[in-house]
Amino acid sequence: MATAVESFDDKARRAFDKIGKNDVYAGELLRHPVYTRFLHWMVALFFFLALFSGFGVYLPWLFRWFTPIFGGGALSRSMHPWFGLGFVVFFGLQVLNWVVPMRWTQADTKWMRNIRKVISGEEKLEPPETGFFNAGQKLQFWEIVGGSLVFLITGIILWIGAGTFGRWTVAGSYVLHDISALIMLGGIFVHIYLSTIGEPGTFEAMTRGAVSEAWAWTFHPAWYKDVTGRDPQQAHDEARRRMNAGEKRL
Amino acid sequence: MSDRRALQIKQMSAHPGPIPGGEPGHEVQREFEVCKLVDTTTCIGCKACEVACVEWNDMPFSPTTFDNTYQTMPETRWNYWNLIKFNEHVRQDGTVQWLMRKDQCMHCADPGCLRACPADGAIVQYANGIVDFQQENCIGCEFCASGCPFDIPKFNQTTKKVYKCSLCSDRVGQGLEPACIKACPTGCLKFGSKDDMKFIANERATQLRDKFGFEHAGVYDPSSIGGTHVIYVLHDATQPELYGGLPSNPQIPWSYTIWKWLAKPVLGTFALFGLLGIFLHYVMVGPRRPQPEPLPKEDASGHRG
Repeated sequence: MATAVESFDDKARRAFDKIGKNDVYAGELLRHPVYTRFLHWMVALFFFLALFSGFGVYLPWLFRWFTPIFGGGALSRSMHPWFGLGFVVFFGLQVLNWVVPMRWTQADTKWMRNIRKVISGEEKLEPPETGFFNAGQKLQFWEIVGGSLVFLITGIILWIGAGTFGRWTVAGSYVLHDISALIMLGGIFVHIYLSTIGEPGTFEAMTRGAVSEAWAWTFHPAWYKDVTGRDPQQAHDEARRRMNAGEKRL
Repeated sequence: MSDRRALQIKQMSAHPGPIPGGEPGHEVQREFEVCKLVDTTTCIGCKACEVACVEWNDMPFSPTTFDNTYQTMPETRWNYWNLIKFNEHVRQDGTVQWLMRKDQCMHCADPGCLRACPADGAIVQYANGIVDFQQENCIGCEFCASGCPFDIPKFNQTTKKVYKCSLCSDRVGQGLEPACIKACPTGCLKFGSKDDMKFIANERATQLRDKFGFEHAGVYDPSSIGGTHVIYVLHDATQPELYGGLPSNPQIPWSYTIWKWLAKPVLGTFALFGLLGIFLHYVMVGPRRPQPEPLPKEDASGHRG
């Protein structure tokens, strides 16, 4: 099973690398290949289409704000489930693509206990065992996996309606669908913040695919060690010495 | 005179803010609550009301289904709002009773469809009690069907809109009785103010109990949804389910009240605070930068922070 998934992902990555390209300059590392970036932005596209088409139906106070984006309430409603399906399909492929690096480890549990320091900015360098994804990213990933399942099941119930599933199932599904949406809405705020202004240098990992080595040893030291073979702490200290020397010269 | 009787809106689905036309007590005109009375004990199942409904509302032909009963089709349709439900009920003493009930929208005082509807103005309740669908505002989500305890709103696959009995709001607005009432040959259908219809219904129920031996005869006007603007006289009011599945205790899912009108705005506000929190984090704590970054001023001697 795992091997079938891996060979599928390998093939997809090779095929997409032929279509697109990765711009990696000196002093940088390739973080996300074309395939991953393609999936990410398709997921993002469908997420926002589903989010905005759902907003109008979500709250009467937002109805007149959001439904005109899609040409009115009726069109918002008829397109929303298809946007949702698009989201689930592309995210499903991303799950296959990422299921290995997203595996939860002991180090992740430790990381979560330390989260206050991460939020307060006291922890400048990630702990050395932080790999390709940190525990926060993994948590969000698995939340979206669970949330997508809730979306899919309750969404199909709402789509097909009370005639098939009964009134109370529909009424319950609608609450669960909304709760899932609210959790993901909170998640997307944090995700966009941290991947842009919150942790500078991250965004290009999802545009041209590359990050600086400094970014890698700061945020994902174990991954840095894997791909370069160098010790992240040492690399950082050397960079610090070079920086201090440069400052003295100025 | 007819404009004086025009319909005054009382409630509107998913409508933020006040209802156009005035708050209670400041309405544009005075209107009393209307009511349709269906006396199932004098209904002969002639279907004149079904035909009148289809005719007046200009519905396309709807194929009928024969299922060895006197019922035209299994349930109401988007273009068949009025259906006599038939049940051959065998009583405990072995005698048989033919129960005929005119099934249509009940025009609830507390309409589950209106509570469930997320589209602004797609469902309105007039001050006279009529609950009316405004198809131009309908988004076709069918949430109303899950809010309705009587399985009345029906979806049209072609127009993607939901339809149901309007209690002939167009006729009532002009001072006329609904088409079904006009067509009824036995007088088992009556139309008037809610108070008058309740009075007549109770009189009839008393008569059935005292003079005809229907000891459980009574009026169906369920209080769980604040009463309805269509009321029934039943031979046996303790078992409304016998009359083609009339619920004895109709309920609106609680989620449409608690979740939609309380939790949603509250959680929506929390989401806004989340956005504010992230903004404040950026301003007060600041971003995490790739290391090494220049050291803070007082600590610039080379010691790692």
